[in-house]
Order: sequence, then C-alpha cells, then structure tokens
Amino acid sequence: MTMDDIGFILTSWLLTLGSVAALAFATIRRAKRLASQVPDSAKPWI
Amino acid sequence: MNTAATGAGTATTATRLIGVAALAITAFVAVSAFWLTPADAVQGESVRIMYVHVPTAWVAYLAFVVTAITSGLSLARRHRTLGFDRVAGASAEVGVLFMAMALVTGSLWGRLTWGTFWQWDPRLTTTLFLFVTYVGYLAVRNIDTDPQRRARRSAVLALLAVLEIPLVHFSVVLWRSLHQEASVLNPDGDVRLDGLMLFTLFAGVVAFSLIYVWLVLHRQRLAALADARITTGLDAAIAARRAEAASTSGAGA
Repeated sequence: MTMDDIGFILTSWLLTLGSVAALAFATIRRAKRLASQVPDSAKPWI
Repeated sequence: MNTAATGAGTATTATRLIGVAALAITAFVAVSAFWLTPADAVQGESVRIMYVHVPTAWVAYLAFVVTAITSGLSLARRHRTLGFDRVAGASAEVGVLFMAMALVTGSLWGRLTWGTFWQWDPRLTTTLFLFVTYVGYLAVRNIDTDPQRRARRSAVLALLAVLEIPLVHFSVVLWRSLHQEASVLNPDGDVRLDGLMLFTLFAGVVAFSLIYVWLVLHRQRLAALADARITTGLDAAIAARRAEAASTSGAGA
C-alpha cells in the first residue's frame, strides 16, 4: 500500500465516521438542553 | 411551577442497544476492511474505500425512501399528528449527510482509480443532483411557517424527489458511464464480490443502517422537543398575560 493510497483511504474513513460522530454528539447535546425545558408529558418515549 | 423534566434527553434502552450494536459492527468492518480483506485484483488498495462508500450511498437511498413513505403517510393523516412529518425530516437530514459522504468518498476513490476527483459522468452528476435536491428539501422545511403547511409542502417535494433514485441507480446502465456497474445488485443478478469482501461490505451496510436508525430516532424526538418547547413557551406567555390582567383588574376594583 503506497502512502498516497493510505492518505486517501484514511481520509475517507475518518471523514465518514467523524461526520457521523459529530452529528450524533450535536444531536445528544441539543436533546439534553431541550429536554430540560419541556415537561415530561411532551416526551412519549419516556 | 416548574414542569420541566429532569430526565435525560432522547435516549431509551432501545436506542442504547442500537448504538452499541452499531459501534460493534462498525469496529468489525474497520478491522476487516484494513487488515483482513485482500486488495482488489483491479482496484488495488483503493477498494478499502468501498467499505464506507457503498454503505453510505445505500443508506442515503434508504433514508430518502423512508422520507417519501412517511411524507405520504403525513399527507394522508395531516390533521392528526406531525409525527410522520418529523420522521420524514429527520430521515432526510441523515440521508443528506450520508449522501455527502458518499460523494466525498467516491471522489477520493476516483482520484486513486481514475486519476481525477470529479468527472461529469452520469452516475456522479445524477448523484450530485439528488444531493442538491434534498438540500433544497431541508431548506423548504426550514421556511418559517405553520407546521401543518410545512408538513404538506415538504411532503409533496419529498414524493417528487424520491423519483430521482432509480435514475441515479440505473444511470450506469442507461448511459455510458465511467463509474463501474453495481457489484451486488446489478441487472445480471451476478454477485461480483466473493467471500470476506462481500461479508464485510454487507456488515458495513448493516452497521450504517443501524447508525441511520439511531440518528433518526434521536433527531425526530429532538424535533418533537423543539415543537413542545414552542408550545410550552406559548402556554407560559398566555398564563403570564392572564395573571397580569387579573392583577390589574383586581387592583382597579
């Protein structure tokens, strides 16, 4: 495997997993903030 | 009175289990893609990009189909609930992210295999068009308007946009394309991958599908919380105004 190949392959994996992780963390953080502002009756999943 | 919940956000036992399963299978796919599977006879080492490129593209298709189905249900039951509309929106958001990743990883793979990041090839062009269409769909969803009207408007758009997916998938067959034909779901019915490579690709599709389900569950609940906060805020404002009016009339009597 050449260094050029490794760079492109790792970039593909890191960008994909990194962007998914970033969206997941942003979602959880915002959910926690909003959940503290609304009553439990508005959360049918509880 | 403070009626706000003290519980944590949008997680449940089911989402935690899905999350753990998604992480475990993703870890297996990464190990297999980098250390267990061989290089491809034609593509060489660049085939290792395929294990993220193909699952992201397929999950984007799945997300857009789910958006269309839930949009149809939302139109059919529009006066009852916004639940289907929220799922449609959440699915499209996740689908746009996965489609963007499919485009980026495909571009990196193209640089290694074709020697260029981009070609105005039928598959690449139709995929870009699909991506831009759903970015537009999300923009329409963010127009500040009545939620019922937003749901109706975006549902019609979603039902039209999903028609692009067969065009994207079969573009490599319909036109002369630089992009290779599908290795698994192709018109001949052949499976052009064998053994561990096929299993790793399949595991990748399962892993990314679980990640998709996890994200959509959380994001549609997030949308429900955002709507509830607006309603709670309105209720509080009305209660405050009533209390103010009552105290004013009491003072005047």
